[in-house]
Order: sequence, then structure tokens, then C-alpha cells
Amino acid sequence: MLQLDTVHTFETPEGVELGLRVAGPLPRALAWVIDALIRYGGLFIVSIALSILGEFGFGLFLILLFLVEWFYPVLFEVSRGATPGKKMMGLAVVHDNGTPIGWPASMIRNLLRVVDFFPFLYGTGLVTMLINRQFKRLGDLAAGTLVIYAEHVRRSHGVIAAAPRTLPVPLPIDEQRALLDFAERSSSLAPGRVEELAQIISDEQGPAAVETVLGYAHWLARGR
Amino acid sequence: MKQQQFIDQQRPLWDSFRHLVEQLEKPARKRDAAGQEQLPALYRRLCADYALACHRNYSTPLVDELHDLVQRGHRLLYRRKSVWLWRAMMFFWITFPSAVRRNARAFWLSTALFYIPALVMGLACYNDGDFIYSVFDTQEVANFEYMYDPGNEMPGREENRASESDFAMFGYYIWHNIGIGFRTFAGGMTAGIGTVLAMLFNGIVIGGVAGHITQLGFINTFWPFVAGHSAFELTAICISGAAGLLLAHALLAPGRRTRGEALKLAALQAVTLMMGAAILLVGAAFIEAYWSSIHSIAPAIKYAVSGVLWFVQILYLTFAGRGHHAA
Repeated sequence: MLQLDTVHTFETPEGVELGLRVAGPLPRALAWVIDALIRYGGLFIVSIALSILGEFGFGLFLILLFLVEWFYPVLFEVSRGATPGKKMMGLAVVHDNGTPIGWPASMIRNLLRVVDFFPFLYGTGLVTMLINRQFKRLGDLAAGTLVIYAEHVRRSHGVIAAAPRTLPVPLPIDEQRALLDFAERSSSLAPGRVEELAQIISDEQGPAAVETVLGYAHWLARGR
Repeated sequence: MKQQQFIDQQRPLWDSFRHLVEQLEKPARKRDAAGQEQLPALYRRLCADYALACHRNYSTPLVDELHDLVQRGHRLLYRRKSVWLWRAMMFFWITFPSAVRRNARAFWLSTALFYIPALVMGLACYNDGDFIYSVFDTQEVANFEYMYDPGNEMPGREENRASESDFAMFGYYIWHNIGIGFRTFAGGMTAGIGTVLAMLFNGIVIGGVAGHITQLGFINTFWPFVAGHSAFELTAICISGAAGLLLAHALLAPGRRTRGEALKLAALQAVTLMMGAAILLVGAAFIEAYWSSIHSIAPAIKYAVSGVLWFVQILYLTFAGRGHHAA
């Protein structure tokens, strides 16, 4: 099957196949920035409070700095499935097989962050993410983890303008999905391109072809 | 079977499954977990429905709905839960020492990468008082000469840290030393270059300082200070190096596995070693801050304590958890 979207599929022990939508570099970078603000903003506020305690406070601050530097992502990933930054971006970290991330994997991916960060601002991590299908940085490769979109994105099926039309042949699920995706995205494409695409599967020409294909999509979306 | 018939027939099952999943996804305090023992059975029936829906090419919205439910069930059912305190004790008593023994080759290689340059550099600096300047600049040498000068009231501390309390130093050692351990480990991902360089560098620095200070005759300030925490600290650094070497080995010589698979397996072993080493480093930081820094204790006692610590540690790494099948 030709893979159009960045979906990682795996088989569960029950023998059914599940798909996970993996997240690319941009939302992850934004999540990292949010996390950095939370981490270092929090540390800054705490450091003011601790400065009252003098020497003892300084020791406490260094221990906190150590914990925040290395274990902030681990604690949140293991207990809540994602750091606050990732949560805000709608992301979550899971094992390759879709199960929630545990201690060892989270520890591996976060300790190896330093190599991904090398030489600056995740240079190595970005290159690694771009040369594999699942946007894994080195830490993810070693830990066997994926960063995915946590919520299944609900398709908005209701707004297809064309009149429903019965499909002449039954279609397998991924082809049905391609039709629905076409309907969903047709409003954001240039009209000429929409016609061009619709003509691939329709005998008609121009707007009539679009009308037919959207009709099929509408029929599929009604779910009968 | 027509899709609508299928939906009408199975809808009650899906609804009860969704209700159960919604309850179980809540935090423990707020959930009403009645009927949670039915989860596996319901989940299996749901998986069958999902497979049927896919196979019969039912409509996408229905398949998507079932996919979503299956995914949530999968997450709940295969979530790992355990009593963390018990796990932590088992880790320290069985898993970690067994992992060190199982990866003895990596450990000894890492140890050699550290101690051989340390010995060579130490002897060179001991025999030639100027040799140290081939590695350090004058400011750095002056700095650690000051640290161990018998005239220094706080041996083992740099000039600008002399007044700091033991707890402040404890925090500093944790942040600094465990950070070094973690970076040494992560260096394994660069095909081992980072790890090997870090081990050689640590060996040269520590050996050089020891040789140079001994040659200056500051024996009674330097050795009693470092003896106490040396056991845990040096061994933990070697174990961090071994963890990095495991990653490197998987990348360079994956054997019959793909590189990715070999890396994942090695990383699990390596992170076990690294976490154990981190615990040892916390112990070392504690000893360095609260025991090594007491300079009123006679050197003989410090050496004796150091001997006991080395002995206990060797016993621990050699024998702890033998006969248990490590998880």
C-alpha cells in the first residue's frame, strides 16, 4: 500500500492493525520551546525564593537544576504521557507498539537528548528525523519510541456540497479514505488542480468530474 | 451483513466499552472502576468488530470510530503498572549488579580506557614537575595546587568555593558529576567516539592532577580527601563509559540483528547500567560533601574507610543478586 500520510501502523496482539499519526519536527520544536520556557522560567522563580536560604538554597538549586535538566521530560512522560509543552501541542510519546511510555524508554530517549542537540539546537536530531519515516531522533531510535498526535483528528464529513452518488464499485478502506481526504482538501487547492485530480478517476471532464467525485465522497461520508 | 444491521447489533457493546474506557482514563481518585475486570473480554470483542469492519469495507467514519476505541483500549490494557519502591529495590539489589556482570567486557574495556591513561599521565607528572603543563594551562594548575595546598583551610575546594557549605557542595557534585556520567553515556551514539574521548580525558585529568599533587608533596591533603569518594565515583564513571560502549557496539557490530533492533536491545541494558551508576554517583557526592571534606580526621582513618568502601563495592558488584534471574 502506498503511504500518503505520516501514519505508522503496527499490529496488536489481538491481530488488528492500528495506526498512529507521527508528529514532525515543527510541532515538536514548538513543544520544546514551551517546555524550555516552563523549565527555566520555573527555575528562575524558584532560584529567587531559594536565595533567601543562602548556602543551603544554593545546594538545593543545583540539585533542582540537575533534576530539571535531565528528568523533567522523564517525569512528565512517564506519569502523564507527555511534557506540558507536548500536551499543549497535542502530542504524546508512546512506544513503537502504541503502548504508553515506561521508565526505561523515557530515560533512554531523554538522556540521549544531548547527542541530538549536538552541535547546536538539535542539529543532529533534525537530520535524523528527516531521514527516517517516523520522524525519530537518535533518542527515539534507541528507545523505540514515537512522538504522535495524541488525539485522533476528527474529520469534518458534513460539509460536502455535491449530491451523494452511489459508488459503482466497492472500494477498500484506504481508497475510501483517499476520496474523503480529497473532498476535505478540495477547498484549499486551486480549482484547476482539483479538476485535474478528479479527472483521474472520472470519465467526465472539468467541474462535472469534481461534482461526481465529491458525490462519491459524500455518499461514503454518510456512512451507509 | 449490512453495515446498519452490524451497527444496530454491536452498538451496545461499543457503548459499554466506551463508558468503561472513559472511566479508566480518569485519574484514580475520580474514577468509578465498576466492571473493570470486563475490560479484556470487551476489548477482544471490540478488536474482532474492528477487524470485521475493516475487512468488509464498511464506511470510513465507522472504521475510524472503532479504530479510536481500539487504540484507547490498547493503551489501557498494555499499560505497565508496578509498585515503584519494590521495583527500585529490586533494581538496586538484582538488576543493576547483574547487568554489570553480564556486560563485563564493556566494563573492563571502559575501565582500561580510564585507568591506563590515568596511570601513564600520573607517573609522567610525578616524575616531571613540568609535565602537567602539557595538558593544563598555568591558571588551572595554580587553581588545583591551591585546592590541595596544606595551607588551604578547606582542602579539595577551589578558591571561590572555599566558603560554601557542605550541602551546597553536595548539590554541585550531583549536578556536575552525574551530568558528566550522562554525557559519557550519550557519547556512545557517536559510534563510541564521544564515550572513548570522555573516558580518556577523565583519565588524563584525574591521573595528571594526582601525579602532580603527589610530586609537590601535598600527600596528606590530597589522598585522604579523594580516598573516601573514589570508590563509588571512579567505578560509576567506568560504568557510564561501559553503557556508552554498549550503544557503540550495537551500532558498529549489530551481529545478526538490524542496527535499529540491536540498538534498542543494547539501550535497555545500557540505561540499566547508567541508572545504577547515577545512584552510585549520588552516594559519591554525599561522601565527598560530608565525609571527604572533614579534615580533622586522621588520614589513616580516611584510608581505612576508603578500603572498606572499595571492598563493599567489589563484593556488591560481584555477588549481589546472583542466582536471581534478572528481569
